[in-house]
Amino acid sequence: MSDDHHSHDHTEPPDSLTLKVKALESLLVEKGLVSEQTLDALIETYEHKVGPRNGAQVVAKAWTDPEFKAWLLKDATGAIASLGFTGRQGEHMQVVENTDTVHNLVVCTLCSCYPWPVLGLPPVWYKSAPYRARAVRDPRGVLAEFGTQLEPHVHIEVWDSTAEMRYLVLPQRPMGTEGWPEGKLADLVTRNSMIGVEKISLPGDDPSGDREVL
Amino acid sequence: MHGSHDLGGLEGLGPISPEAESCEPVFHADWEKRIFALTLAVGFLGQWNLDESRHARERQRPDDYLRHSYYENWWVGLKTLLLEKGLVSEEEFDSSEPQFQASSLGLSALQAEDIAGILLKGSSVEMQTEKAPGFRVGDQVKVRQEITAGHTRIPSYVRGRIGIIERHHGAHVFADRNALGRREAEHLYGIRFSSREIWREEPGENTDFGVRVDLWEPHLEEVGGVARK
Repeated sequence: MSDDHHSHDHTEPPDSLTLKVKALESLLVEKGLVSEQTLDALIETYEHKVGPRNGAQVVAKAWTDPEFKAWLLKDATGAIASLGFTGRQGEHMQVVENTDTVHNLVVCTLCSCYPWPVLGLPPVWYKSAPYRARAVRDPRGVLAEFGTQLEPHVHIEVWDSTAEMRYLVLPQRPMGTEGWPEGKLADLVTRNSMIGVEKISLPGDDPSGDREVL
Repeated sequence: MHGSHDLGGLEGLGPISPEAESCEPVFHADWEKRIFALTLAVGFLGQWNLDESRHARERQRPDDYLRHSYYENWWVGLKTLLLEKGLVSEEEFDSSEPQFQASSLGLSALQAEDIAGILLKGSSVEMQTEKAPGFRVGDQVKVRQEITAGHTRIPSYVRGRIGIIERHHGAHVFADRNALGRREAEHLYGIRFSSREIWREEPGENTDFGVRVDLWEPHLEEVGGVARK
């Protein structure tokens, strides 16, 4: 791994793995088990179409529409489906709300369960052994690694996705955004805030909010 | 089973070192994209379910599981299932030369135009059952201590621990049996544990928090020792 990257749970594959995956793909195509076009469509979907901008729309709507927010907290699957975000790995949704006194954090200690329709595929760190191990043991320490400091009185609730329920955090709307339209609010909503490792701040408010790669 | 995928609470793994969200790609190499798509596309043939797929990754040697990157574990899982389910033979793997066609198994590749609809529809695991739920919201429950053979969705850090049922999610496909190919309904509950019940640490700002875990009825027993089915 080169020095200009963070170390993370991703090793450069041995060339043999690249070749092995290629060989398997060719074999499965020749056997008629998969089609190249289908593989390309799957990659295209999760690389470019389904991602955290969907979740950001859900959050911005909840911030501006109290009826939608009430529906979202009661029946997240239905409320999210009303915006067109449904399907694989989001069949059974629950939304958990951050408040002045409660901060929610989502993990999957056993694998990588994550709400695909609203957040896309999980980031490397979410699937990494250190995050999965520590989120349920030392959540404050985990948050500190993301530059997130909570007030001492804020209580942390960790959600371990051990079944097919998928969890989305409804982050707190930052102060100073009164009257903003939904679209502008959605631009503020980060993926990490919807997993619960960060809070949302206005640009310029918090230099630790979006750290640069070393 | 108790495998190395069951990571909750494991110590000594070092920092998380997240990449910055603003510049993190969805995939980090072309082979990751391909193994991701292959796993989904082959999965859509319906020869195994998601829990069998998880189990295939989990039952590697623990040191292999931990050493591999995420998508290397997907590679291992896919290869294991292709062989076990007879979709690909050892000889085919070794030679990369096809010896039999999908059609001889009564299978045909999913077409690209069907993908969007399938992904949007998803696959609900909610089921109807005649069985009445054995627990109610507010009940204290204890997680079963014994470790069953095969796939389980009980994380070991809550075994033997007492929590409170906060939510009855209805009856869902029971993952532990689904991994054996048996699609059976069991009531699923959202359970809250206090961190001090789990980790038995002294009270403090860093040691007091809640942990929610979703568990099925066979994972639980009444507090006081009367075993539930």
